[in-house]
Amino acid sequence: MGVEVRVEGLTKSFGGQPVWSDVSLTLPAGEISVLLGPSGTGKSVFLKTLVGLLKPDRGAIWIEGQDLPRLSERALYEVRKLFGVLFQDGALFGSMNIYDNVAFPLREHTRKSESEVRAVVHEKLEMVGLLGAERKLPGEISGGMRKRAGLARALVLDPRIILFDEPDSGLDPVRTAYLNQLIIDLNQQTGATFLIVTHDINTARTVPDNIGLIYHGHLAMFGPREMLLSSTEPVVRQFLNAQRIGPIGMAEEKDSDELRAEAEAGVELPPLPPIPLQLAPSDGRPRAAEQPPGRWCEEHGVTPPAGSFRGVQGSVWQPTEALR
Amino acid sequence: MSRPTGARHADPSHADPSHAGTGTGTGTGTGQAGDSQAGGGRGGPTRATAGLRGTGYFFAFCLDALRGLFRRPFQVREFVQQAWFISSVSILPAALVAIPFGAVIALQLGSLVRQLGAQSFTGAASVLGVVREASPIVTALIIAGAGGSAICADLGARKIREELDAMEVLGIDPVHRLVAPRIVAAALVAALLNGLVSVVGVAGGYFFNVVMQGGTPGAYLASFQALGQLSDLAVGEVKAVLFGAVAALVASYHGMTAKGGPKGVGDAVNQSVVLTFMLLFALNFVITAVYFQLVPQRGM
Ligand SMILES: Nc1ncnc2c1ncn2[C@@H]1O[C@H](COP(=O)(O)OP(=O)(O)O)[C@@H](O)[C@H]1O
Ligand SMILES: [Mg+2]
Repeated sequence: MGVEVRVEGLTKSFGGQPVWSDVSLTLPAGEISVLLGPSGTGKSVFLKTLVGLLKPDRGAIWIEGQDLPRLSERALYEVRKLFGVLFQDGALFGSMNIYDNVAFPLREHTRKSESEVRAVVHEKLEMVGLLGAERKLPGEISGGMRKRAGLARALVLDPRIILFDEPDSGLDPVRTAYLNQLIIDLNQQTGATFLIVTHDINTARTVPDNIGLIYHGHLAMFGPREMLLSSTEPVVRQFLNAQRIGPIGMAEEKDSDELRAEAEAGVELPPLPPIPLQLAPSDGRPRAAEQPPGRWCEEHGVTPPAGSFRGVQGSVWQPTEALR
Repeated sequence: MSRPTGARHADPSHADPSHAGTGTGTGTGTGQAGDSQAGGGRGGPTRATAGLRGTGYFFAFCLDALRGLFRRPFQVREFVQQAWFISSVSILPAALVAIPFGAVIALQLGSLVRQLGAQSFTGAASVLGVVREASPIVTALIIAGAGGSAICADLGARKIREELDAMEVLGIDPVHRLVAPRIVAAALVAALLNGLVSVVGVAGGYFFNVVMQGGTPGAYLASFQALGQLSDLAVGEVKAVLFGAVAALVASYHGMTAKGGPKGVGDAVNQSVVLTFMLLFALNFVITAVYFQLVPQRGM
């Protein structure tokens, strides 16, 4: 089963410059959460802080009753065994081939015999579709394959919390779709807690149970997927719908003059697009934390945008009205 | 072992930019920034404290690395690979530098000594010059320039590819796994290099003195004993071992704190080589001075 991660009042700065401050959120056990935000807002820094690679200035990270930033070095290495992390470019060890990379954590932390190691590595490589590439060096394979190999390595010790740093950046749409499906299947099979940092709106809209948005040095919003997708809060709305109109400009933030001009010109915000269905696991069984579509909106008296929650399972932008 | 997380996690490899930024800014690296502060107090307080902090991070890193040396299991494989690698990049240049070094000393001393009418001592002077001074200096140059830069570039590339972060998340301490074997490997190779340079340098001196300047082989060899003593060789080896360890420490530190993409690695290598040169030459002076105080020297 997954493990809950509770972050309270977390602040991190580099040389006096805050990256983000006072971030509080809870990653519910076994659920998939997505963290969004413009480039350079410190999403990768957040992931590294969560695993204790960076020390926050203030705040707490509670995992199984332990406050991670305040652990001793040895205890920290213990808690890290709960984590699997997929770094942005896979972070494979360049001097080892794919097989040895994936076998590395097993050889370091378990007393498995070489044949047991082989079985586990084989299983994980099959899961990510990399059988046959075992003998290749990381420099010899494509970026997408490196990511999948990094994922296999992250999975090999059966982590309870898995962090993904932009798993879909630099991948073509088809590979992204496969990877998203893989993530959902993994979540259903392992029940681990997932946190995905991404830029891909499509991923953010269909994969997670929860969405968070970091903007301008703080966590603008974090909550159930339907809450953010139906939100009319300007920043959330702009980012989740990839619009130019809103507070986010080319240079991180538009200046106030520009915003006022926009408001005076009476720019009409386009209507919210329909909320798509969540991607379903490929074996047809429900997701670990599945809720009926529209449940959150119903409970909170929010009218979802017209045309929401329709469509064939597994595909996203179905022109449902026209087809039916 | 159970000290607070701060020790390393707050420190070298993921340090605040304040210190690494200063390192880049002042161009000569953290140690120097700290020194200038202690000496004169020039520069604003922020720059000065940042420099001090950088020095502090470096020493914390050194302590961690030394602790890593004694942690079991020692990484034998990594050590063998690194020792092989460092020797492969340093042996040839060391030999090639040693020959002209020995020759220059022989040439310089040869004419001077002849004017004084003390040809029979050329051998002694040459050996002293080579074994005591030239050999450690050549070793320092080669181990910092060839070995240190290779270590720094390697670790820097791993740092920016996030390999080191990944390793730590997988529960492996990169200082124990990567840095400790490199320190031992660099120290060992430096000791061997020092021996090699001594032999090659003395041979070069012999060749120039005897073949080019018409000295007598017997006098050259016989006068070895006149000024030199076995402890000269010993102190040369001690220097070499320390040089190797310091070069590996500085190179590893700069590599593991590299940031800002491939250019950052280049900057780190540059800084680490410059800083290592300065540290090693200073260290060489200190050890020589102490040696002269402690060990009585032979007179003519
Ligand atoms: N180790 C570090 N030292 C100093 N500054 C850093 C460090 N890591 C990241 N930063 C800075 O923090 C900011 C956020 O970076 P990052 O987390 O990579 O953004 P992103 O949201 O695109 O992943 C950037 O401005 C970056 O320069
Ligand atoms: Mg990032």
